[in-house]
Amino acid sequence: MTLSVVLFAVLSILAIASALVTITSKHPIRSAMGLVFHFFMLAGLYLTLSAQFIAALQVLVYAGAIMVLVIFVIMLLNLGDEEKLKYKVNPRQVIGIFLGAALLVMLGTIYVTNVSVAGFNKEIAANIGTAQFLGNELYTKYIFPVEAIGILLTAAIVGAIVLAKRKLN
Amino acid sequence: MLQSIPLEYYLIISAVIFIIGSIGVITRRNAIIIFMSIELMLNAVNLTLVSFSSFLGDVSGQIFVFFVMSVAAAEAAIGLAIILALFRSKQTIYVDEVNLLKW
Amino acid sequence: MSMEIIYGMPLFLIAALSVIVLLVDAFTGKNKAVAYYFSIISLLAVAVSAAISLNTNIPKSGFDTTITGNNITFGGYAAFFDIIFSLAGVMTIFASKPYMKREFKEYKEYYSLVMFAVAGMIMVSHANSMLMLFIGIELMSFSFYVLAGFIRTRITAVESSLKYFLLGSFASGFLVYGIAMIYGATGSMILPDILNKITTGNFDITYLKVGFALMLVGLAFKAAAFPFHQWAPDVYHGAPTVSTGFMSTAGKAAALIAFVIVAKSVLPVNISVESVTSGSLELSKFTDSARMVIAVISAITMLIGNISALVQKNVKRMLAYSSVAHAGYLLMGIVANNQDGWAGIMFYATAYLFMQIGSFVIVGIIEQNNERMNFDDYTGLRKNHPWIAALMAIFMFSLAGIPPFAGFPGKYMLFVAAVESGYTWLTIIAVISSVISMYFYIGLVLTMYFKDNENGLIITDISSAKIPLAISFVFVFLLGILPGSLIDLAKSLF
Repeated sequence: MTLSVVLFAVLSILAIASALVTITSKHPIRSAMGLVFHFFMLAGLYLTLSAQFIAALQVLVYAGAIMVLVIFVIMLLNLGDEEKLKYKVNPRQVIGIFLGAALLVMLGTIYVTNVSVAGFNKEIAANIGTAQFLGNELYTKYIFPVEAIGILLTAAIVGAIVLAKRKLN
Repeated sequence: MLQSIPLEYYLIISAVIFIIGSIGVITRRNAIIIFMSIELMLNAVNLTLVSFSSFLGDVSGQIFVFFVMSVAAAEAAIGLAIILALFRSKQTIYVDEVNLLKW
Repeated sequence: MSMEIIYGMPLFLIAALSVIVLLVDAFTGKNKAVAYYFSIISLLAVAVSAAISLNTNIPKSGFDTTITGNNITFGGYAAFFDIIFSLAGVMTIFASKPYMKREFKEYKEYYSLVMFAVAGMIMVSHANSMLMLFIGIELMSFSFYVLAGFIRTRITAVESSLKYFLLGSFASGFLVYGIAMIYGATGSMILPDILNKITTGNFDITYLKVGFALMLVGLAFKAAAFPFHQWAPDVYHGAPTVSTGFMSTAGKAAALIAFVIVAKSVLPVNISVESVTSGSLELSKFTDSARMVIAVISAITMLIGNISALVQKNVKRMLAYSSVAHAGYLLMGIVANNQDGWAGIMFYATAYLFMQIGSFVIVGIIEQNNERMNFDDYTGLRKNHPWIAALMAIFMFSLAGIPPFAGFPGKYMLFVAAVESGYTWLTIIAVISSVISMYFYIGLVLTMYFKDNENGLIITDISSAKIPLAISFVFVFLLGILPGSLIDLAKSLF
């Protein structure tokens, strides 16, 4: 067992565990904290894949920006624990878990039967994962999508302001 | 003994996270937790994209991750604004208590 | 100036103008008319530039990839859909002014959100890579989430917006997962490259299958097809009627064009027999089963949509279910998976867009304070407002597929395409469900014409909503009596 395998195992187990914390916690803040932890673990997994820039973005954008917004809203609405479910057995939960398990078994068998032992080429991967390489691609070949995503963010800001305004003039 | 981690291990991890996220969307009733579960799903997809990108030695997967992150950020802004608007008029964010229209 | 700028003009124009309209809005202050006319003129300019690029002969290759990175295509069907989407935007803006004035005081941002949605749709129709497809679909969806909840003081609107947002982002998750798996299978995000790799057998079939299945879930949701249609009636019912008209027509057309773009590259039509590798047999098996799955989805969608519409008492909800059914008809073109099928989608999406926007505009004119949308409210419409009743009757006949209106040739094209590709059973189901749909479409016409009501309906404020009604009527009528030129155009574009 090399170090990278141990690292992969630890990171992925922690990522799955924190994802489970996110969807099972009663209190939304606890969920949010689980999600922040999950984002850090994923950033670690990106590093094992030699994607340094994406790992940095993961921490900056998800853990730094999105989760701050989520926690801010949770605090603003002053949400407490979710009260007890009205029904003992919620049909939606049964269906959800059943469908999820079915999908997991399906995808799992497909991937497991497809396993190959080859790793990836570390040199090439490390080269394309740098900020310089990605930035170069983004601002040359992908310049139009970058502009388009700018429009999308503008639309989202306008939409958020429209919906969240309090008073009617 | 494993020397390096094969692609499929990454794919399985991301499939597990994706499915945890989708179970969260279907089973939870708090709109904010549903929203966080959707973020989980998008993150699982990002892991798939990055691992394909590294294993194929092709950059477009990582470029796509960049865009998925931007979309997730925009989604956070819009989604939380909608949840806020709902809370203002209904004082709840539980999706099964909003049933003027059949949920 | 390089030629890409000229060929891609509609795309660049809408991208720039949708942001500029915000600035115009910000600097004109209280004067609401400036932003209103500015957005209408911008959309018309986009339509004109699209018409120009539709008529120019655009080379298929040889572009400077530093500008577009092969991410967008020019001309052809994309230019055609640009015209349709900008017309839909213009009609929505005209119809929204009297509606929003009556129902809600603040509406300046409404115009820029409509422009953003049109920009998203145009990006979808110009997409040449999974990346642009994804960004376009998301831009469109985000604008729709806000348009659905625009009247933020009305609880049904906010609720429909929340529902649309949560389920829509859930579906987007599946869509991106599918894109990721197809990328893994072929190693490319560029659609022609994907097609090339699939036809030459240079791909991984398992990942392709998983990827296509996941994308199917995402796209079926966006087009409101079975089993992901349940959100549609509630969202369309709760949203402001002008938004509903826009979302359920242009949004559906954009989702279908995305479907066509994906199917064109992932389900290759002709797998060359010469290069028989072990993969190509499996590939054709996959293509056949994928078409079969889509055929079943299409059949159930139209049956469910029409049967649920039968029992509705509310006209808006009835139209919402009928829009689900129409997604089923449109999917028949994907099942056919050839030029005729895609041309059929193009024709029927155009016809459907005009007749459905027309009928939603009328629902919006009649409705007041989220009331007056039941069948009973339409009694005696003929007596007080004969013109509106006549137009509504025409749109209903067209939706039911009765000649000589636009719905008939469109349905005919799709039915023939499905029969010719060997899916006769699907056409039979489509005909049966069309017959079922006659019941409620004609039922509404009968209510308007033959049931009297002493204190009949009085409509106070039509003003600029006349314009979209006129546009819809002209197109529904013209496409119905002279379908030939558009059919030829549609067949030449794919």
